[in-house]
Amino acid sequence: MNSIGQMISAYADRLSAPAARPHALSAHLKALEAESILIMREVAAEFANPVMLYSIGKDSAVMLHLAMKAFWPSKPPFPLLHVDTTWKFRDMIAFREALREHLGLNILVHINEDGVKRGINPVASGSNLHTQVMKTEALRAALDSHGFDAAFGGARRDEEKSRAKERIFSFRDAGHGWDPRNQRPELWRVFNTRIRKGESIRVFPLSNWAELDIWQYILEEDIPIVPLYFAAERPVVERDGTLIMVDDERLPLNNGETPRTLRIRFRTLGCYPLTGAIVSDADTLEAIVMEMLTARTSERSGRLIDHDEAGSMEKKKREGYF
Amino acid sequence: MAIQESRAEIIERLSRSGRRGVLRLITCGSVDDGKSTLIGRLLYDSKLLFEDQLHVLERDSKKHGTAGEEIDFALLLDGLEAEREQGITIDVAYRFFATEKRKFVVADTPGHEQYTRNMATGASTADLAIILVDARKGVLTQTLRHTYIAHMMGIRHIVLAVNKMDLAGHSRARFHEIVSQYRKAVEGLEFESITPIPMSARHGDNVTVRSRAMDWHDGPILLEHLEDIDIASDLRSRPFRFPVQWVNRPNLDFRGFAGTVVAGAVKPGDPIVAAQSGKTATVKRIVTADGDLDQAGAGDAVTLVLDREIDIARGDVLAAAEARPEVSDQFAADVLWMHEDALLPGRSYLLKSGTVSVPATVTALKHAVDVNTYEKRPVKQLEMNEIGFCNVNAARPIAFDPYQEIRDTGAFILIDRFTNQTMGAGMIAFGLRRAQNVHLQAMDVTKAARAKLKGQKPAILWFTGLSGAGKSTIANLVEKKLAQAGHHTYSLDGDNVRHGLNRDLGFTDADRVENVRRIGEVAKLFVDAGLIVTCSFISPFRAERALVREMVAAGEFVEVFVDAPLDVLIERDPKGLYRKAQAGEIRNFTGFDSPYEAPETPELRIDTTQATAEDAADRVIAFLRGAGKLG
Repeated sequence: MNSIGQMISAYADRLSAPAARPHALSAHLKALEAESILIMREVAAEFANPVMLYSIGKDSAVMLHLAMKAFWPSKPPFPLLHVDTTWKFRDMIAFREALREHLGLNILVHINEDGVKRGINPVASGSNLHTQVMKTEALRAALDSHGFDAAFGGARRDEEKSRAKERIFSFRDAGHGWDPRNQRPELWRVFNTRIRKGESIRVFPLSNWAELDIWQYILEEDIPIVPLYFAAERPVVERDGTLIMVDDERLPLNNGETPRTLRIRFRTLGCYPLTGAIVSDADTLEAIVMEMLTARTSERSGRLIDHDEAGSMEKKKREGYF
Repeated sequence: MAIQESRAEIIERLSRSGRRGVLRLITCGSVDDGKSTLIGRLLYDSKLLFEDQLHVLERDSKKHGTAGEEIDFALLLDGLEAEREQGITIDVAYRFFATEKRKFVVADTPGHEQYTRNMATGASTADLAIILVDARKGVLTQTLRHTYIAHMMGIRHIVLAVNKMDLAGHSRARFHEIVSQYRKAVEGLEFESITPIPMSARHGDNVTVRSRAMDWHDGPILLEHLEDIDIASDLRSRPFRFPVQWVNRPNLDFRGFAGTVVAGAVKPGDPIVAAQSGKTATVKRIVTADGDLDQAGAGDAVTLVLDREIDIARGDVLAAAEARPEVSDQFAADVLWMHEDALLPGRSYLLKSGTVSVPATVTALKHAVDVNTYEKRPVKQLEMNEIGFCNVNAARPIAFDPYQEIRDTGAFILIDRFTNQTMGAGMIAFGLRRAQNVHLQAMDVTKAARAKLKGQKPAILWFTGLSGAGKSTIANLVEKKLAQAGHHTYSLDGDNVRHGLNRDLGFTDADRVENVRRIGEVAKLFVDAGLIVTCSFISPFRAERALVREMVAAGEFVEVFVDAPLDVLIERDPKGLYRKAQAGEIRNFTGFDSPYEAPETPELRIDTTQATAEDAADRVIAFLRGAGKLG
């Protein structure tokens, strides 16, 4: 078994035999955890066919961990869905497969095969088209083909301005569109889960978590995350001030461009040619949190798709992006 | 990394800022009061902005900003494109910041008149409200409105932020004038604390740093106050309440009830009661993925295992056996209406409170409250952003507490049963005794016995459709044929009802709803008598037809959609009504200036451009025979 496999296997053992905590969970994390659990249970109780969108990143790791806790001793009563653009880091896929094996979870993987045939990729097609076809359209198709009526996403309100205004239970019309001007009012902890056939609700159980809360929770709960979050020597090229990791041979190198080896890590994970790395020595959770406390750039700055145009996230969301 | 700290030290360090827990607050004010600037200032000064966000802010300030060459903090908050263009905030947004002492969640809501509902949304989860006043303008109508809504939504602490003091010469006299004006205006509303602070958000004065220009202010500055205020809710000292969310049953050996404790606390060995059924049990285990707990309190999400099997499902409230919630199908509540389609008394909505969902109607709209003057006035319906005090009738008894005592078991939303929109929010004031004291009188001669004597099964044949579609003509023929075959019938139509029982009603939406409700009740009595009742009414709204359907047993309500296109009807115009409507002589005419909601799944649809009245009547009778109604 490789190291990712060992890590997940140990995690599975820990989850299956609950023991009293060695130290109490921090007060505000306990409140956030309880809120997320309430949201997840509400979905399990009110929807016929929910699914958890699982992106393999740190937020997804926290979301999955919360689901394991929310329904214990039962397993989460819904499958996970990973929309695979075929350009994810190799470690991410290894991590996903280890989870499938050791946690006994039903993880559905959806690839937009038509997009693959058309040769859509983040390098030649550009981030906009790649995201549209391999993520947004792929997600819509996956949700439609399984007839999911509710889908959990790991988005947080502190990530980006348009997210700050989105509801926890966010209504989508039959075409998966989001209408920011026509959102259902959301009061207290009473969630309107009513939909008609074909319509769906995106549910964001991490809405009120901030980036630092995520890291602190991972630290306190000892949740396994993809090793790419930890600093290591990795081959990179620098493009427009962004460090891109050469994760496999598919990344075409420009004239005169040679990968260098730098000690880097990622604050956020997506398609590898679209995800910027940071130079860092933080190779433990403790060091990552310390680095976070002094960080001066927000995590989405490493996401090339957000920079395409002003308000780009809102546009994507209206079209059905998560 | 230079600094090496152990895991325990880092956790300790991080927990420090969460030690005083999370304070949830709402900011209320209009665009011009500098509300967005205030929140932006808090975010900026608590150093929660990253360099890239600052860079975007500087760029946007030059492009859209209203603060000249300075940074326009308001731009940090206006998330959505359309708003950015219009320079206004239109919805509820949530912001996060933290200091050494505390974490904060800020609900940012707009101050525009038409968006009262957004403020209520933000206030529903808030512990404290910051009410902004422009020092130059003083207390405005909207100030009173915001205070009223904060109070109604159960907020106990107010900060009166008198902003833009720099534009009022930092005048102490002006500040005191505004404070006393405010205190007098909100006299009747009870709060635990009202804390006035003079400030200038744009410059940060008395927001995060004490103002030199206002050294006369001896009260707390804003951030200090937010960090120190004790909101330690007394929820834990209230009686135990636990709405059951989900039954956890992984195998035959385990049956637990998953939910969140919304008030009080519970330990293994405590006696509890399932409020609706009154069945009691003892808590055996408090199960979590971190092992069993010795006790759980308000806010904890847990799974309870009981010592015996009692019938419990989602929607039940487990409660302290010695301090039970009220259980009633009738209660009085404040309702805030949030949708452009008005609240109509008598219409059936879906009520969701905690984990229970049940059809409900507003039976009496006692009065509306003018949130600007706090005056009560009589109303027939409730428009968007209006607040009314109502009697609510639920289809089944639910367990609840007064909202001002326990928010989670006293709050509900009303959902439109067809569009699924959230229409209104309600706060229960008290249960109505009526429900307990008026018991249905059980009769020895039953509906079944009466029907048997007549050799038939009772039914309501509900003919709906536009004016002139042929409802009465078909109904008349059906009744004639049934009578000839020896069946017992009665017929209700507009004429025999509007001239008597309902002569006090007009043709507004509210009156149409009440009209149909009364007809439904009368038809139900005839069904109880064992009759087959034909009802011919335009009955334009789905909700009311559904209401009548639910009044009687399954299969007893037969909806017959008498369908004809509007242009055909205008041409037929047997009573000359369409001509009058076109000429503007009749108002609120269905199909013209009043809507008709066609049935989605009627038992029968009759297209009167294809079928004759005779054919239609035969189809209805064939349906009744097929359904076993005719013996």
